[in-house]
Amino acid sequence: MPMFLRLAVKSLLNRRGSVLMSLLAISVAIFVLLGIEHIRQQARTSFASTVSGVDLIVGAKTGSTNLLLYSVFRIGAPTDNISWQAYQAISSNQSVAWSIPISLGDSHKGYRVIGTTDSFFEHFSYGKQRSLSLASGKLFEGTFDAVLGAEVAQSLGYEVGQEIVLAHGVAATSFTLHENRPFTVVGILAPTGTPVDKSVHVPLDGIEAMHATGGPAFGASPVVPGGGAGGQARATSEPASITAFMLGLHSRLSTFKLQREINSYPSEPLLAILPGVALAELWQMMGMFENVLRLISALVLLAAVLGLGAVLLASIRERRHEINLLRVLGAPPYYLFLLIELEALLVCLAGVVLGVSALSFGLILVEEALFTRFGLYLDPSAFTPESVKIVALVAGAALLIAAIPAFRVYSEAKLNEH
Amino acid sequence: MIELKNVRFTHENRSDKPLLNIEQWNVSAGESVFVCGPSGSGKSTLLNLLSGLLTCSEGEVSVLGQRLDQMSSRQRDRFRANNIGYVFQRFNLIPYLNAVENIDLAKSFQSGSGHNSKSGSARTLLTALNISESEWSKPTAQMSVGQQQRVAIARALVNRPSLMIADEPTSSLDEENRDSFLDLLMPLLKAESMSLVFVSHDMSLAHHFSRVEKLSDISGTH
Repeated sequence: MPMFLRLAVKSLLNRRGSVLMSLLAISVAIFVLLGIEHIRQQARTSFASTVSGVDLIVGAKTGSTNLLLYSVFRIGAPTDNISWQAYQAISSNQSVAWSIPISLGDSHKGYRVIGTTDSFFEHFSYGKQRSLSLASGKLFEGTFDAVLGAEVAQSLGYEVGQEIVLAHGVAATSFTLHENRPFTVVGILAPTGTPVDKSVHVPLDGIEAMHATGGPAFGASPVVPGGGAGGQARATSEPASITAFMLGLHSRLSTFKLQREINSYPSEPLLAILPGVALAELWQMMGMFENVLRLISALVLLAAVLGLGAVLLASIRERRHEINLLRVLGAPPYYLFLLIELEALLVCLAGVVLGVSALSFGLILVEEALFTRFGLYLDPSAFTPESVKIVALVAGAALLIAAIPAFRVYSEAKLNEH
Repeated sequence: MIELKNVRFTHENRSDKPLLNIEQWNVSAGESVFVCGPSGSGKSTLLNLLSGLLTCSEGEVSVLGQRLDQMSSRQRDRFRANNIGYVFQRFNLIPYLNAVENIDLAKSFQSGSGHNSKSGSARTLLTALNISESEWSKPTAQMSVGQQQRVAIARALVNRPSLMIADEPTSSLDEENRDSFLDLLMPLLKAESMSLVFVSHDMSLAHHFSRVEKLSDISGTH
C-alpha cells in the first residue's frame, strides 16, 4: 500500500469513533437515495407495462386520463356507456385485427367485475407483450363462469369451484346482491402485477343474464350494462351497451386515422386514446410526487455530507502536530489538501459499499414476497447505470465539502511563508 | 554549509521589532553547534528558517550552498525532505503509525525514493538505535518517550541528510535518557559527517558540542 494511502487509512482508523458515525450517515443516505431511485424506476416500469399490445382504447367521451383509469386501472367510474351498435361498427372496421369489449359496473367484495369475451385472454397483454396465463382451472365457457385475478383468489382464499355472488355497484358493501345468479370460479390467473390481479372476469353475456334476472336493478345508474332490459335473456343475447373496448390493429400506421374516425363518430360521442400516450400523461401527473421523493433524498445526502465535513473540520484541530510534522518531513501544502480529500473519499466509498450492500440485501429479502404476492418483479441488483451516477454525485458532494477543511489545512501551511 | 547574511525576520503581527536580525552567521560542514537562549527568543524561528519552513523578510539564507530564499516553496519542501533531518522535543512521530511506517513516511518524501534512493533501511537504523524488533510494529504512541525519541532520530537520519536540526530534543527526557540520547546521536552524525544545529536552554549539554553559541550573540536584537 502506498504511504499516502496507508497514512489516510490509519489516520481514519485512529479516529474510528467519529469516522464510523459519518460513515453510517453516508451509508444511510446512499441507502435512501438508491432505494428511492430503484423503487421509482421499478414503479414507472411496472406502471408503463400495465397494458401493452393494445393500440386504442375506446369509451364514451370523457377525459383521456379518466378513460384510462377506469378501463385499465379499474379506478373511478365511466361517465357513460357506448352502444353495442357503435362497438360492432368500429370493431368491424377493416384496419381492426381484434377487439376486446369491456363491461364494468359490478363488483365482488370490493373487487371489480369485468364483463368481457374470450378475446380478452387471447389478446390482452402486459409488460413486454406477456399474455395472461392461468395458474389453475380454465377460461370461462358457460354464462355463469368466472375467472379470478391472482390477488382476488389469494386474499379471499378462493379456489376453482367456489361459488361467488356479484354485487351491483363497486363499493365493498352493496345493497344489491345478485344472489339468485351465483357465478362459479372456473379459473384463476397467474399474477401479473397489474390491475388484472384485482379483477373478476366474467363473460359479457353473464352480466347481461345476471341483470336480466337479478334483483332490483338500480337502473338509474348509467354504468349498468344493459340496464335491466327485459326478459329471461339467453346467454347468447347481445348486450345493449358496453363500457369500453380495446382495439388491436393490423398496422400501427392506421392508428391515428382510426382514432380520428372514432373521435368524430357521428351517432355517438366517443373517445379513442393511445394507451402509451395516456399512461405517460398520467405518470407525469405523478411527477410531483417523484420530485418530492428526490428532494427528500437530496436533503438526506446533504445532511450526511455536512456531517462528514464537520468531522473532518474538527479533526484538523486535534491533528495540528501531525500536520506540522508532515510539513517538516517535506510534505508540500497540496499533499495535505489531498490527504484530507482522500480521507473524505475513503469514508464515502466505505459508506457506499455499506449502503449498497444493505440495499441489495434488503431487496433480496423482499423480492420473493413481492413476486408471489403482487407479481411485481423487483430487480434485486440495486446497481444500475443510474445508481452509478448517484454514487458519483455522492462522492463529488463529499469531495466538495471536504475541500473546506482541506483548504484550511492547505492555506495554513502556505501562511508560514512570507 | 550554512551561511546567513543580513537576515531579518519579523512577525506579521509585530512588524515594529524584528524577532531575528542576523548580520552574518556560518556553520561549516561536520560542525556540531549548540545554540542556547531563553524560550521565546526566536530559537525555533531560526531553525525554521534553516529548514525552509519559514522564509525571512529580507536577507540571504544559504544551506549546502543553495539559496533557500530564492527557491519556490515546492523546491524548499523537496530540499528539506532530501537534505535536512529534524528532531523536536515532542510530536516527532505520527502516533498511529508504527516505527517502521514513520521512517518509511519520511523516505516517501525524498525525491527519487525507490531503487536509486540514497536512504537507508528502517530496520538497520532501528537496530542501530537499540529498538528491539518486538517494538517495531507497535503504534509509536504506545512506546516510551525515550524510545520515541530514538525512533525520531532514525526517522531524521533515514534520508542521509547533510544537516541535522534538533529543537530541544532532550527536554522531555530524564537525565539518564538525555545522556544516552546524545551518546547515540553524536557518533551517528560523526560517521556520516553531518552538521548539527542543536537548540536548547539546557547548558549542561554544551560539552557534547564542538561549538556553543548564545542566540543573543548571533542575533542583534537581544
